[in-house]
Amino acid sequence: MSFLNSVVLLFAAAGAYGTALMFGTIGEILTEKSGNLNLGVEGIMYMGGIFGLIAPNMYEMAVGDSASPFVAIILAILASFAVGAIAGALFSFITVTLRANQNVTGLAMTTFGTGVAKFAGELRRMQVGGYVTLSNKMKFAFDKHFMPDFLKKIPVIGKILFDQSEFFYLAIIAAVLLHLFLTKTKTGLYLRSVGESPVTADAAGINITKYKYLATMIGGGISAIGGMVYTMTTAGCVWIEASLAGTGWLAVALVIFCTWRPINGTWSSVLFGALMIMYLRIIIKGFPIELYKILPYVVTIVVLVITSMKNIKDKQPPASLGLNYFREDR
Amino acid sequence: MQTNCAIELKNIRKTFGSVVANDEINLQINKGEILCLLGENGSGKTTLMNMLSGIYQPDSGEIYKEGSLVSIRSPRDAYALGIGMIHQHYHLVDVFTAAQNIILGMDDQKLDLSAVNDKVKEICDRYGFHVDPKKKVYDMSVSQKQTIEIVKVLYRGAEILILDEPTAVLTPQETDKLFAVLRNMKKDNKAIVLITHKLAEVLAVSDKVAILRKGKYIGIVETKDATAQSLTDMMVGRAVKLNINRPVYDNPHDKLVVNGLTVVDNEGVSRLDNVSFTAKAGEILGVAGIAGSGQRELLESITGLYPIKSGSIKFVNEDGSTNELVGKTPMQIRQAGVGMGFVPEDRLGMGLVGSMGMTSNMMLRSWRNGRSIFFNKKSPEALANKVWKNLEVVTPSTDFPVRRMSGGNIQKVLVGREIASRPPVLLTAYAVRGLDINTSYAIYNLLTDQKMSGSAVMYVGEELDVLLELCDRILVLCGGKVSGIVDARKTTKEEIGLLMTTVGGHEGGEQ
Amino acid sequence: MSEAGKTPLIRLVKRVKGDMISPRKIWAIRIGSILFAFILGMIPILMAGSNPFQSYGIIISGALSKPGYIRQTVKRAVPLLGAALAIAPCFKMRFWNIGAEGQITMGAIFASAIAIWFQDSIPALPLLTLMMLAGIAGGALWAFIPGFFKAKYNTNETLFTLMMNYIAIGIVRWLQGGPWEGRPGTQIIPMFKDNARLPNVFGIYCGWIIVLILVVVVHIYMNFTKHGYEVAVIGDSINTARYAGMNVGWVMMRTMLFSGAICGCVGWMLVSGANGTLNADVAGGVGFTAITVAWLSQLNSFAMIIIAGILAIIGKGSTTLQTKLNVPASVADIVSGILLFCMLGCEFFINYRMVFRGKKEGKV
Repeated sequence: MSFLNSVVLLFAAAGAYGTALMFGTIGEILTEKSGNLNLGVEGIMYMGGIFGLIAPNMYEMAVGDSASPFVAIILAILASFAVGAIAGALFSFITVTLRANQNVTGLAMTTFGTGVAKFAGELRRMQVGGYVTLSNKMKFAFDKHFMPDFLKKIPVIGKILFDQSEFFYLAIIAAVLLHLFLTKTKTGLYLRSVGESPVTADAAGINITKYKYLATMIGGGISAIGGMVYTMTTAGCVWIEASLAGTGWLAVALVIFCTWRPINGTWSSVLFGALMIMYLRIIIKGFPIELYKILPYVVTIVVLVITSMKNIKDKQPPASLGLNYFREDR
Repeated sequence: MQTNCAIELKNIRKTFGSVVANDEINLQINKGEILCLLGENGSGKTTLMNMLSGIYQPDSGEIYKEGSLVSIRSPRDAYALGIGMIHQHYHLVDVFTAAQNIILGMDDQKLDLSAVNDKVKEICDRYGFHVDPKKKVYDMSVSQKQTIEIVKVLYRGAEILILDEPTAVLTPQETDKLFAVLRNMKKDNKAIVLITHKLAEVLAVSDKVAILRKGKYIGIVETKDATAQSLTDMMVGRAVKLNINRPVYDNPHDKLVVNGLTVVDNEGVSRLDNVSFTAKAGEILGVAGIAGSGQRELLESITGLYPIKSGSIKFVNEDGSTNELVGKTPMQIRQAGVGMGFVPEDRLGMGLVGSMGMTSNMMLRSWRNGRSIFFNKKSPEALANKVWKNLEVVTPSTDFPVRRMSGGNIQKVLVGREIASRPPVLLTAYAVRGLDINTSYAIYNLLTDQKMSGSAVMYVGEELDVLLELCDRILVLCGGKVSGIVDARKTTKEEIGLLMTTVGGHEGGEQ
Repeated sequence: MSEAGKTPLIRLVKRVKGDMISPRKIWAIRIGSILFAFILGMIPILMAGSNPFQSYGIIISGALSKPGYIRQTVKRAVPLLGAALAIAPCFKMRFWNIGAEGQITMGAIFASAIAIWFQDSIPALPLLTLMMLAGIAGGALWAFIPGFFKAKYNTNETLFTLMMNYIAIGIVRWLQGGPWEGRPGTQIIPMFKDNARLPNVFGIYCGWIIVLILVVVVHIYMNFTKHGYEVAVIGDSINTARYAGMNVGWVMMRTMLFSGAICGCVGWMLVSGANGTLNADVAGGVGFTAITVAWLSQLNSFAMIIIAGILAIIGKGSTTLQTKLNVPASVADIVSGILLFCMLGCEFFINYRMVFRGKKEGKV
């Protein structure tokens, strides 16, 4: 019973980090569905992480005590989304319009994005003369577990499903919406055709450039929200630049793990969130904690190897992922 | 007559660089009629039809639809005019269902798959197709994919259907089914254009036949008045004297003995079926056939690049002993002492490294020579200079990336390298494709030199005139089978033309 | 159909054959794009409220104006150059090895193991040699694993090599706090004894000489050996490589072994020379910055000396900039990212020609 209990507590706690991963993963799924392999998620989540904090921080400092938590949350979402969308547009400009290699552009985006985030964080710290953070009222609002108590008290699932911040539910809604968009709407169908076979889409009169730009921008925006969620919930509304490291890359790996399906992205994000904090909750006697912390990365590698060994047609990446499409090269 | 005309092409001309693909073509396509567009490879059939489907725009000339002048600038325009083309290479998304593929790109459509399914079913019932709208494309056979392409076009309300080599990938039973559907469409007053070079099919299904040759319009005949022979004559034209020098080697002997060679591609489709022949030292063995009849697979099988299902390929050494090549990698073949030159069809994608210069490309054959960890650059450099000088390659230096050279010069580099070691076997695929007359003759002479020095040369070609004058014997492939091996000095263009379209020279062939 | 009649404002024409621009112009475009990147790099400096020209001046003087500064700059450049040399063959092969960080760390772990186990019993020269060999083995092993799976199953090498980074760093953390911990609770591995330390030459540990030798070695490997030739052919076209009888899978694994070996060597130099001990931050991000170095220098080993130097100057100088003008030092990462973006983008202007509406297209 106590083991089950600690597993429940583990997954309940995993929801917080899992939410950040979920946004990162869902955004990258949308991007990759257009055939763009944006390896810059790490940089994008970093930028989302800092600008999602700076925006409400500036708002609160400007307005003072009367600042509304709701407005602050909206500002955080908008600011992080905007910076992610700009990064997506930059990525698309370089790979789609200027036709550069997607892999290297993504790596450049990681360098650039982490640089911008650290720079902005440091600059803001100098401006405010101390930690960039929010008032306790705001902190509480960002990590509010608003579900009614009777739901939280349902055995096992109550804590996991209902004792979470508002962003957890927002991420799940986003995943469901993306799922519906991809499978049930015409635009979603067209987007997938762009990622699968741009030649076919082009012949059918679909504007490849438009779809790639939009998907990469919105995808980048969603991923960036993940960075903001991390800063505002897991990190407690404080900018700690090193602690976000690797999250974006895990999100890229999770896209493969969940076979490009947003719904799978929700539970697998929580699962990886659990792996990340398992060393804190389920202690294995005699097993060093630092080696325990490696676990999620080992699991990621095992997953990568297994998925590459299997060859299931329905679980493959978009067929033209990472390849640029030029009509005149046909 | 006037009211019956769906599309009229007037004085259509289209050039690609210096190549004239279509030269002042006039053609009328009628409703309720199946028109076959007949011609050899490169005669401009597909180019002409691509101008109707919006892929290309003509340089000059007009297109009229039901009497009014139209301009077709994109596939969308073509659809709007009721023109739909089914290309040789299908434009389908593998992971989508049939229905999803069918509605792709249609703006005025809500994504209501049940309505789509109903309409698809209605179309299928009308013309006699069978389509499962929920089936994914990757689970479909080639013929089912083709059906989806046809339904896709009909779904968009096409009145004029153009099919580019639709039977190339179909079994005889599937072909019969397709023809039944086409006849139903004809009854429904649709205009149908069939691009093909299979005479039996032309005679079986069409009402009229229009013939193109080397980009020129030759004429149009009523099918009922035509025979296989009369159509072949129009298609290939009179033999043109090319005056290619063809000396005789005194002592041709067996060099490469191929027996029962069968290969299957990764989709499970048979590409070569029980192919047997012998290539002799001191002769050029031509390989004729419609594009995609197994030429590429044949050469790649011999060089160890294509997986072989069954059969044997024996290389005869000077002392009469033989080496089995099946089951060996290209490197193992070389290490077994079998000298082989190979000029592949895809020059930059397979034969050469585009980003490197001539010298480094020469090294592609010799890089492994010697035991040192360093490669030897001297001999490839000498070879590069030799090829540069002897073959008159136009390039600023031997380090200039070959990708930036012109097609003819690229080919000279490739051929020059492959013949440099005087290989006992030289395989060439479309060695003169895209080259000007002078370069072509230079290549012919190089191949003949190889022959006279005792090589067994195989020449996969598309121009029958050249095959007839350059080669000693010609092997004709049809659908992955050998339909005949003829003496190039005694045969006629017509005979080869018939062999190319029918296995064993019999109508319908043996299945 | 109504709008289809218009010619677009700008059309792109791929440069072919006679239309190629001259090598001089190509370099003008590349250098121009680097200058453009530095101009864009002024934006964050301006946002920090500083004069960009003054800031660039401080960066340069902060990196080069005193012998001590120069030593620190060189110390930054050495592993950067080493890692760039290591990943160059992989990138040439279009194998996206972003695991230099982990391979360096693993090399450092192996070299440190030798130092810790044998520094009391073996004299300097054989000990250092053993450490180097161990470092090379460690780096090579760490690179081989993803290389093997890429060759056998086409496993995504980008993510694989990256995850290997985290694992290697995690292992160091464990060693630091566990088996190799010095004074309990410090989480620090004690400094190596002198016989496990690389000697200094001109006041800097002799790693700079080793890495310059590596420049020559990699240059020769890439341009004059059969292996290098195979790598180049595979990077251009896998089909051509098969046609030429190359064993593509084996070449991939072998190149990763080579790349990892160099990284491992860098790891050895870092523990034995620069730091004198092992810690989790041993690679300190050079594995990633090295990608910028390798790509900006177009995979040319000698150009890497210059680019690694420039990035080291920016890196070192920006720390001075932070203390003097309060411009955060991470401006170095931003400039590095912008440089890479500009370099990636400028290739477009080398390969394509723009034709504006109204102008007649020149004869090709």
